[in-house]
Amino acid sequence: MTYTMTFEGRPVRAEPGQSVAAALVASGVVSWRVTRGQGRPRGLFCGIGLCHDCLITIDGVPDQRACVVPARDGMRLGDRDDA
Amino acid sequence: MTPEPHDVAVVGAGPAGLGAAAEAAGAGLDVVLIDAGQRPGGQYWRHAEGGRGQHWKAYEGLSRRLGQVRRIPGTQVWLITRDQEGFTLRLTGHDPVTARAVILCPGGYDRQLPIPGWDLPGVMAAGGVQALLKEHGTAPGRRAVVAGTGPFLLPVAVALARAGVAVAAVAEANPVTGWLRDPFGALAAPSKSVEAVRYAAAMTARRVLYRTRTVITEIVGDGRAEAVRLRRADGTQEEIAADLVALGWGFTPSLELPIMLGAETRLDEDGSLVAVVDGSQRSTADGVYIAGEATGVGGAALALAEGRLAALTLAGSGKTARLRRAVRRGRRFAAAMRRACPVPAEWTAWLTESTVVCRCEEVPYGELRRACHDLGADDARAVKMLARPGMGWCQGRMCGFATAAIAARLNGRVATADDLRAFAARVPAFPVALEDLAEN
Repeated sequence: MTYTMTFEGRPVRAEPGQSVAAALVASGVVSWRVTRGQGRPRGLFCGIGLCHDCLITIDGVPDQRACVVPARDGMRLGDRDDA
Repeated sequence: MTPEPHDVAVVGAGPAGLGAAAEAAGAGLDVVLIDAGQRPGGQYWRHAEGGRGQHWKAYEGLSRRLGQVRRIPGTQVWLITRDQEGFTLRLTGHDPVTARAVILCPGGYDRQLPIPGWDLPGVMAAGGVQALLKEHGTAPGRRAVVAGTGPFLLPVAVALARAGVAVAAVAEANPVTGWLRDPFGALAAPSKSVEAVRYAAAMTARRVLYRTRTVITEIVGDGRAEAVRLRRADGTQEEIAADLVALGWGFTPSLELPIMLGAETRLDEDGSLVAVVDGSQRSTADGVYIAGEATGVGGAALALAEGRLAALTLAGSGKTARLRRAVRRGRRFAAAMRRACPVPAEWTAWLTESTVVCRCEEVPYGELRRACHDLGADDARAVKMLARPGMGWCQGRMCGFATAAIAARLNGRVATADDLRAFAARVPAFPVALEDLAEN
């Protein structure tokens, strides 16, 4: 089955086994937070859980690494004010 | 009641860790295998649930030998302490584990150099691109440039092409004939050269432009990567459109756990910090064995042999002569490869005052320069205190190598092992949630 999540209110589809980041990137979203200092957009960089560029709020819990959290049906992703 | 300690804790389930765990279990030891990944295999055998990776027979062979091994996946070792019984390993989201000995197989990750525009979305570590393709079946762009140095750029480019991404160019900073310049080293592991030739053939078949002696000097785009600027050795420049840029300048071994246990480190041929081990994978710290990339970047086959050797040494096996020879041979080849793929000597020339060096704390090159020239910072440690590079979430994993090199260069010298240690020592080894600190 295909999962449906929401990112900033919009639906995002995910296949089982995809990470949250993989699902976002596959649906054309390349950045999901901005930096504290200069407000620069950030998305995936290292892709293996080390760089923390891909931090995202998932179901209200901030600072989750999108590249290591498996996508699940019904997940609520993002809100850009969490950086 | 505290449970009886395991005979050995193997940290990391890539080729080295799987080899170590399989051999240790085969020798009758009580083994616990701890890994950050949800599925064993590390970066090399990274695969989707139920899927298959490269050289899969070897992986399956090892997996079959793990029957008696206690496995703890999906956790990170954030602290190891030594006590009378041996070692206590503290894990994120899991109870602590005790063991009489440890075999550390922490692997490594892409080494990065800051480049103007490298913080734009669409720019990724080459290994991260590979992980997305292997584990998640996702191609993170439509038109890619793969840039940096080293043989690992080839499989990434081929994997992208196979996934339907247009690979506009592969920019290799060094002359590739260098890979075969050390005939003694190269002949010691001929299968590696064969592998490189196979990838080269696959790229030719897909008309991938492979540029040697070509460096990436800038990534441009408005809010995301749109193009890269390449410069050849003869000074000619060109701009190539791309929405995905995969970067890798060799690998940085993960050394926080070896350093935490007091194992000695040294500078390797490629300028990376690595752990010192003897011919049987013993580190300089008692009861601590180290195998794989942490002892010098050398690829999966060498890592596997080192992991097996570490376990057999620990088990007191008398049958290690052959494996020791294989490891010696593998190390010669790996050393030749590292010498052939240095970071470009002139790389700091492409930095501007505003180029972000530390991505986490958003520290630009200009601030590092001011720390050295105006505030008198004369080594990496001082730069770190004054300008805060490497003090963010990634704990210096992304910018540590580059910042150490920049600090040294601004002081008119080359980076020493001590400069690199300033960024490689981490306590805790990973960012830890408060509940882990409180409960464990």
